[in-house]
Amino acid sequence: MKVLVAVKRVIDYNVKIRVKADKTGVETANVKMSMNPFDEIAVEEAIRMKEKGKATEVIAFSAGPAQCQETIRTALAMGADRGVHVLSDAELQPLAVAKLMKAVVDKEQPGLVIVGKQAIDDDSNQTGQMLAALLGWSQGTFANKLEIGEGVAVKREVDGGLENVMLKLPAVITTDLRLNEPRYASLPNIMKAKKKPIEQLTSEALGVDVAPRLKTLKVEEPPTRKAGIKVKTVAELVEKLKNEAGVI
Amino acid sequence: MSAAMRETLPPPAAPASPFYTAEHEAFRDTLRRFVSREIAPYVDEWDEAGEFPRELYRKASSIGLLQLGYAEEFGGVPTDPFYRIIVSEELAKAGSGGVNASLMSHSIGAPPIAALGPDWMKRKVLPEILAGEKISALAITEPSGGSDVANLKTTARREGDHYVVNGQKMFITSGFRADYYTVAVRTGGPGASGVSLLLIERDRPGFSRTKLRKMGWWASDTAQLFFDNVKVPVENLIGEENRGFIGIMLNFNQERIGLAAGAHGFARVCLDEAIAYARERHTFGKPLIANQVIRHKIVDMAMKVNAVKANLELLAWRVHQGERPVAEICMLKNLATTTLEYVANEAMQIFGGAGYLRGAKVERIYRETKVMTIGGGSLEIMKDLAARQMGL
Repeated sequence: MKVLVAVKRVIDYNVKIRVKADKTGVETANVKMSMNPFDEIAVEEAIRMKEKGKATEVIAFSAGPAQCQETIRTALAMGADRGVHVLSDAELQPLAVAKLMKAVVDKEQPGLVIVGKQAIDDDSNQTGQMLAALLGWSQGTFANKLEIGEGVAVKREVDGGLENVMLKLPAVITTDLRLNEPRYASLPNIMKAKKKPIEQLTSEALGVDVAPRLKTLKVEEPPTRKAGIKVKTVAELVEKLKNEAGVI
Repeated sequence: MSAAMRETLPPPAAPASPFYTAEHEAFRDTLRRFVSREIAPYVDEWDEAGEFPRELYRKASSIGLLQLGYAEEFGGVPTDPFYRIIVSEELAKAGSGGVNASLMSHSIGAPPIAALGPDWMKRKVLPEILAGEKISALAITEPSGGSDVANLKTTARREGDHYVVNGQKMFITSGFRADYYTVAVRTGGPGASGVSLLLIERDRPGFSRTKLRKMGWWASDTAQLFFDNVKVPVENLIGEENRGFIGIMLNFNQERIGLAAGAHGFARVCLDEAIAYARERHTFGKPLIANQVIRHKIVDMAMKVNAVKANLELLAWRVHQGERPVAEICMLKNLATTTLEYVANEAMQIFGGAGYLRGAKVERIYRETKVMTIGGGSLEIMKDLAARQMGL
């Protein structure tokens, strides 16, 4: 069974985000970029499946500018076998990425697709679900644990705790934080990854319309938090929660 | 300036750096995570304990940290010197010179084996060291002298198919826990032409060691070694008999570039820590960094650190091209380590009382600056060697 994983190039989680002066988005020039941490978990899970003999090949997918190849290389250095890169300098919204992924799924015929539950840049939390709908496949979102057998048993993180679902294959899985702890890309594997193939495609060649469906009006910094105050008594706290904050 | 006045060519479209490729940056990423998860949270504890878990060697090997620059057939990963600069910079971020010194002690202990050792030794010993299973140490310095290698006193007397080793070694990094010691001994007459290198295993009868208590590098097991009629097979000879001196000297060049890279890494940490603290600390109603005296201090620190970086990278590049600029390596070591002294001192001054407390990175780094201007050839020895190399 082939496993397809999606890896998104995002601003590194250590970087302090700055909004562009013209408020059209956030500053990405000269900013360190890395693989979306939830996607690292997806890559790790796929590699573990391969190590356990449950998967035969791990393909890392990314869509975006040329530098996305670096993100794919990171996946290859972790242990993925090859990459597929859809080159695009346009803004790619979750629906566009889901459509591009569907086109690649049609071509590659994987038995399982694993993606991060969301990317840490726009926090959309949509691509996996949209892809499952487009494919008409089962979906197991916010996976906390996966067990591959006849189908795939997914323990999901839900608001009330954990939920167990049994999916038929093929399926789309989205990863939550506690699914695994991704490995380090070791130096020998970084060197080996240089030689692994990355296929480059375009949305035109795949026949996918990636035009944005959503329009960004304005991007602003969140308001800075005001300094708190110290209260002297519990009674005063309750009074303020009731009358000022209005939360009780 | 108008466009017409401009005469410089536009920069080439080529790589963002002449020295670092995407693979270098990928390895830097891996190391940064490794250091922040596996080392940085524990350095205070390890420093107080006087050692770190042996397991760290194996963990370091699992990401390729120990294998840099060794042939694949012995379990290594061939690299250029810039990987080692990256290692120094990223390991420095944990702020503990002691952990780095012992964890990477094979970077001075193992090169003579790789360069000059007999085949059996490369096949058996190198893979164990590079896998983090065994620890390698270099033992040159003696109680009577360090850089004066030509006059070392530890003797190895040939008796049939063995040498019998007698003498002492001093200030040996990883000296307490190492499994393999690369030891400089006198096999011949007086002077440089009587010096050889021997591999001595830790369990040879008559070989003992004691731990040394130090000003800094607490997490590093520095030791004094004692050889009392230690029988060592002749096949443990590294290189030819009485030809060890040149191997030791070549090894020093590499060690000194490594020390300069380490000093640069620690200086950068001091600078970053000082900036962060000066932003956060408020006195007299404004952040410390708003004071001109502090701002100028920081600029001076950054200026010196940048100079070291530029010099270090250019020299690393030249060495990689096959040059052996000994005088400049000596000067680089001095520039880097005295810059570290300066920057650590200024960082401590910016931190004030907070920097005097244990647990602050700058406190430990400040305490560990001295070993950098002494170890691997002192400031004075470096100047003397540079002067001679320059034909002065």
